[in-house]
Amino acid sequence: MTTPSSASGVKPASASRETFSTRKLFILSAIGSAVGLGNIWRFPYIAYDNGGGAFLIPYLAALLSAGIPLLFLDYAIGHKFRGSAPLAYRRLHRGAEVLGWWQVLVCFIIAIYYAVIIAWAAMYTWFSVTKAWGDDAAGFLMGDFLKVADVPGVKLEYVPGIFWPLLVVWIVTIVIMVAGVRKGISRANGIFLPLLVVMFVLLVVQSLFLPGAIDGLNAFFTPNWEALGDPGVWAAAYGHIFFSLSVAFGIMITYSSYLKRKTDLTGSGMVVAFANSGFEILAGIGVFAALGFMAQAAGSAIDEVATAGVGLAFIAFPTIVSEAPFGALMGVLFFGSLVFAGMTSLISILEVIVAAVQDKLGWSRIASALAVCVPVAVISTVLFPTVTGLYLLDTFDAFVNSFGILAGALVAVVLISWVFRKLPTLSVHLNRSSSIKMRRTWMVLVGVVAPLALAYMLYNEFVTKITEPYEGYPVEFLAIYGWGMAGALVIVAVILTLVPWSRKSKVDDPEYAAIAARENEETTP
Amino acid sequence: MTPIAITMLVIALLTIWGGLALSLVNLSRHPEDEGNLPEDIAPEL
Repeated sequence: MTTPSSASGVKPASASRETFSTRKLFILSAIGSAVGLGNIWRFPYIAYDNGGGAFLIPYLAALLSAGIPLLFLDYAIGHKFRGSAPLAYRRLHRGAEVLGWWQVLVCFIIAIYYAVIIAWAAMYTWFSVTKAWGDDAAGFLMGDFLKVADVPGVKLEYVPGIFWPLLVVWIVTIVIMVAGVRKGISRANGIFLPLLVVMFVLLVVQSLFLPGAIDGLNAFFTPNWEALGDPGVWAAAYGHIFFSLSVAFGIMITYSSYLKRKTDLTGSGMVVAFANSGFEILAGIGVFAALGFMAQAAGSAIDEVATAGVGLAFIAFPTIVSEAPFGALMGVLFFGSLVFAGMTSLISILEVIVAAVQDKLGWSRIASALAVCVPVAVISTVLFPTVTGLYLLDTFDAFVNSFGILAGALVAVVLISWVFRKLPTLSVHLNRSSSIKMRRTWMVLVGVVAPLALAYMLYNEFVTKITEPYEGYPVEFLAIYGWGMAGALVIVAVILTLVPWSRKSKVDDPEYAAIAARENEETTP
Repeated sequence: MTPIAITMLVIALLTIWGGLALSLVNLSRHPEDEGNLPEDIAPEL
């Protein structure tokens, strides 16, 4: 077999970059990253609340005009520049490295709270068997399980029922991350994702046979055409697609950097994007069939029981589990699905940080994974399994999504499109060996449509959060853990950019130089 | 289910899952380039 480095006669780097062994494993891992908690607990309610069946139109428009084009942008950057987010952006343009570190820090914040939700879901998988919540799922969640403090803040008063499962989640995750791309990430996704799909399909089938399921499906699919005239509905569609596809926070850049050189980037990306949406539709059917049952059992209307997020997963679903025939099985399938969906996403989020450290310092996989995952796990287990963990999680999530991911994405697409003017180069790279060609239309979608949609969403988020305190939390608390955290990400990203690259780092990797030289020769007329 | 809800259900399945099916067919027509497969043993760093 001829490797790119040996073919060009350049001495290979002492250690080659890891790769996914097959395209199928890359696709599975990318789908595993995209299919997360949001697909299950966010999409069904967003669709229902924004026009029901009519939401399909803005959803498809957002998927095709922004979601998939931005996904391909990430693929092009990661694959062409063959590095973690900071290294790939640095190779794209020296001034762009800070974007990569910003994305790494966003992933750090998400990782420390995301693991906690997985721990909750793992405990609820067991609680489904014992029906530990009794007749009051809300009271059990806030009181018995989370022991939520009355006032938001940060108290290091620990809740053992969350601490220990969180520790187990982190141990499993660290083992996967230390094992590397092929032995860890690929294998974990190869096991978790098929399990997730099988469990979720069984859950949907079981939900469809519950009394009242048809009413739930009617509520979910009946279109409200007037909603299409509301700009907020279109913003909700773009916002959902943007977060759902895991674009613009380094994950897809990192994963595509592990692909071999001649690969069908756009063809693979289409499968990832439509598989993610296909799972969301399945989740909508399953969740609303179950909510239809819940509404019928309670003698109420669907809109009185329909909810999203923590309320759907940890209050509504336990209630359904208590009342449904074979409820314990349903609970195990639902919460087990949350665990697997969460794990595959958490792995991808951590890989962004591990790859960045590995590239910057030139450390081994094991050293980098331990240097990243152990501190992240410690911070996560110190801050979140406490009586104030829910407040902190909620605030981090709200502010990092708006002023980390969204703001970072807007800055990135504007800089890449209009300042560094790299879209033509990236278009050529995408078209080198892809089955679906991306040319002028793609550049317009990335350079014009996506920034406009992102700017509109960011503006809305800014106005909403500046007008009144988020969730009524104390202003000082939000100033530190919301606005302060979001601002600190930018400052630390600048500092990390200014830290010199280690002599052992991948910044001057001869293997990459050889590949880049050969590809430049191929594309130069 | 009401006729309009069934219609939207069918359209959603056809467009999204149909899109997935088409993407898979397209990918199967463009198999991996065997000459560019990575080494058998992962070069762990």
